[in-house]
Amino acid sequence: MHYVEEALKGNQLAGARLIRMLEEGDPEGVEILKRLYPHTGRAFILGLTGPPGAGKSTLVDRIIGEFRSRGKTVGVVAVDPSSPFSGGAILGDRVRMQRHATDPGVFVRSMATRGHLGGLSRATGEAVLVLDAMGYDVVMIETVGVGQDEVEIVDLAHTTAVVCLPGMGDDIQAMKAGILEIGDLFIVNKADRPGAEELVKQLQLMLEMKTTREGDWIPPVLKTVAIKSQGIAEVVDAMLAHREYTESTGALARRVAERELRFFRELVKEMAAERIFAAWNGDERYERMKEEITARRLDPYSAAERLLEGVVCHT
Amino acid sequence: MKQKKIRVLIAKPGLDGHDRGAKVIARFLQENGYEVIYTGLHQSPEQIVNSALQEAVDVIGISVLSGSHNYVFPEVMRLLKERGMDDVVVFGGGTIPEEDIPPILASGVKALFRPGTPLEEVLAFMKEHVG
Repeated sequence: MHYVEEALKGNQLAGARLIRMLEEGDPEGVEILKRLYPHTGRAFILGLTGPPGAGKSTLVDRIIGEFRSRGKTVGVVAVDPSSPFSGGAILGDRVRMQRHATDPGVFVRSMATRGHLGGLSRATGEAVLVLDAMGYDVVMIETVGVGQDEVEIVDLAHTTAVVCLPGMGDDIQAMKAGILEIGDLFIVNKADRPGAEELVKQLQLMLEMKTTREGDWIPPVLKTVAIKSQGIAEVVDAMLAHREYTESTGALARRVAERELRFFRELVKEMAAERIFAAWNGDERYERMKEEITARRLDPYSAAERLLEGVVCHT
Repeated sequence: MKQKKIRVLIAKPGLDGHDRGAKVIARFLQENGYEVIYTGLHQSPEQIVNSALQEAVDVIGISVLSGSHNYVFPEVMRLLKERGMDDVVVFGGGTIPEEDIPPILASGVKALFRPGTPLEEVLAFMKEHVG
């Protein structure tokens, strides 16, 4: 498989083709992932989420620049929502990062959610694996977090930054369950706007009071004016500090281990279901079973048990 | 079988700041199920091709209203060939004089949509060339 070899050497065309194949559900996908997997696990995976208009893409652009000035290579997966009506999408994050478009140490991949609820598709995680395997030191995932259910990014990322905007009417908005839970650091962008100081203080208060996910890491609250490139170095310092903290306490290793097992169980469930249905497909007994279910003569629980009766477990 | 999504890069090269046409096309394509990546203004051919490479797009649409079309189109086609991206479909739009069209098409650009082109024509082109 030519593309895999080339991608592992850092070839961007090969990497891009692999990400596309995985995104389209190519039948070679599993083989590709198996071959890439041993080369993953090195990159620092950073998540960045926040409401639309918070300045995430501008921040990512500046953060890329900061990492580059520190000699690190950066991959970015920038996720935008697909239209539930047309199925199409305007992927408008790259537009803010184009000054890095000819830097061989940067790779930006825009991705549409394609109807995946919760904001992140399987393909996003797979794109991260490809970029990791290609050798990028940092892989950033940028998503739109319209609030409370952006937990998926936490699952994927080692460190997650939540971007907030001052003057969004209600400071309480930031404190609703979910946002406070998922951030390892908080960035108040457009901090030159009125309400910035108040928001910082509110967030700091709330964060100091709550019991955090990892022992005694209290998420710092940072101010930035991304468009003026202000506060960026401090943000990157905080991200690296969190990484160091989670590494030294073993929290990172634990989280990664938990995530791998969780994902493995998910895959087993999917593959098992696929194989069982494939085995029964076309069987008359199965067709009759489905009729019984829709006519409510057979309950789905009994039906599922019956379907599994023929499955012999390997001992 | 799952229908493949078509990815399109809409690019604005050079000093030209007139992006309404590009945005209209981007919006129209999104409404018809395409995934559209917009590069923004002032892109060099290098930036355009690099972006297209990383994004693994099927199509590149280039909007030029500044008169630099005789440089930009052949240069983009040259870079695409150099990178081994011959399978990418390239179309253009903007204020391009009649007499400049043949050499641009000869360089590999599949179509040039001048002012007044109905959007349906763009859609028909897309369906014919990429689906």
